[in-house]
Amino acid sequence: MDNNILILSDSIQTSVQDLGRKGYRSFGVPISGAMDKYSAILANKLLNNAEDLPVLEITMSGPKIMFEDHTLFVLTGADLSPALNGEPIQMNHAYSVKTSDVLSFGKMNMGVRAYLGVKGGFLTEKVLGSYSMYEGITPKSIVKKGDRLRIASYDSELEITASKIKVKPSHFTTNKLEVTKGPEFNRLTKEQRDKLFSMTFKIDPLCNRMGYQLKNKFPPLKNNEIITSITIPGTVQITPSGKLIVMMRDCPTTGGYARILQLTDMAINQLAQKKENDRFKFDLESSFEFLGRLVSRFRD
Amino acid sequence: MNKYKLKYKPLGSIAALIEWPKEIQEPILKNISIFRNKIHADMGEYVLETVPTYNSLTVFFDTSKIKYSGVVADLKEIYSTKDQKLLSAYKIWKIPVCYDKKFALDLAEMSRAKKISQTKFIELHSSVLYDVYFIGFFPGFLYLGGLDEKLHYKRKDRPRREIKSGDVGIAGNQTGVYPRVSPGGWNVIGNSPLRFFDVDKFPPCFAVAGDKVQFVPIDLTEHAKILEEVESGSYVPQSEVYG
Repeated sequence: MDNNILILSDSIQTSVQDLGRKGYRSFGVPISGAMDKYSAILANKLLNNAEDLPVLEITMSGPKIMFEDHTLFVLTGADLSPALNGEPIQMNHAYSVKTSDVLSFGKMNMGVRAYLGVKGGFLTEKVLGSYSMYEGITPKSIVKKGDRLRIASYDSELEITASKIKVKPSHFTTNKLEVTKGPEFNRLTKEQRDKLFSMTFKIDPLCNRMGYQLKNKFPPLKNNEIITSITIPGTVQITPSGKLIVMMRDCPTTGGYARILQLTDMAINQLAQKKENDRFKFDLESSFEFLGRLVSRFRD
Repeated sequence: MNKYKLKYKPLGSIAALIEWPKEIQEPILKNISIFRNKIHADMGEYVLETVPTYNSLTVFFDTSKIKYSGVVADLKEIYSTKDQKLLSAYKIWKIPVCYDKKFALDLAEMSRAKKISQTKFIELHSSVLYDVYFIGFFPGFLYLGGLDEKLHYKRKDRPRREIKSGDVGIAGNQTGVYPRVSPGGWNVIGNSPLRFFDVDKFPPCFAVAGDKVQFVPIDLTEHAKILEEVESGSYVPQSEVYG
């Protein structure tokens, strides 16, 4: 018999995600996967699951969720004021639930994306090697009111205890995102480079699983066009009008704008926990570059 | 194989981006295809996937087994070998397209602007063997090269909210088929009943980079018939093998 959870209300954007659909980029298929992989993996670790099991990614406001069967669950990532049967519960802590228990969410306290992991993972449709929902690939692209999601059956005899950890708030609050140079970094002038690493960037309302646009006006490149080439999550593109766009997990596999920076995977996780109007700076990886900048700052 | 001066760049910590001269041309496509096949043959255990575009090839490697510097050293060695045997056979895909006014929303306007009759326009579009350079942007979108210069036409100033799955369009010097419903600024000149991306098939796209595509004009009746076969799963895309 199937074990399920039932989604009782609609939410902004809730979807099943694992660590991504690997190996299909050359067919134009985005990699997808949890926006904040660090938190998704943590959810699985706290449940002693394999780290790549699918979890539920809940953005900004959660749906009400009813457990139709007994299981263990944990919430990681953003603190969206979770409550179980109306009683507040803790983040990063495994809870045992019985049939008809209801999980709900409230105010967004810290971060943007929460991850609901269940013991044994979600068992929705696996397409091209991944459970990650994406329009045109999986039958559903988001989770809606009335949806019933299959989860692994849970044997309570198997495991009673589960671990709990404390996540550093800096994962959500850091204002420095680590980057490496992108393929067209060398097209930036000295002034543009200095600006790129001294400017505080502000996130535009246009920010979703596909990409985060930044509000600031950045001096456009003299030579912006590239022949359509690869983009991957974390690639920072600059448009002809000087807008910066950070590609995220669902980004197209190719693009036609200059790629000036590349976020590290941890920086993508951290950006995934930021929202409209949040601010940050780009921080170039590698001590050598850092020293170089320090020297140029002293010179200025 | 080492015909071109290549550039190697890291793409984050997970991939090596190899760049060819900034041109769109068939010899570069062939060179990328040969190199790509050779990489999979020689470095298979280190390589997770390779992704070609017009003038680049990105090699995603297993970071638990090899570092970027090691990957680049291996790639350079492979590129310097003289072995040319790995140019694989390619297929020419016959893609049925209905250019009827029911689908060809922008054909009349383009025909007037270009002063080319619609019949001639269709003939120019369907007589070329297009090269499949790569599949990208979204699942199943083929980047084709070879559109006749007489048919180059700027994107629409106002993109349409919805371009249908299978719609054949022209944008600038490119022509292509939309694999799914999407907003878009391409000028629509016809529709193909074929499915360019199918998750139930392996591989999910019938064409691959290095193949060629020819558009075959069909009428409304044939379009409806093929569409029915595609939907029932009985249609097999037509191709000829070369090389």
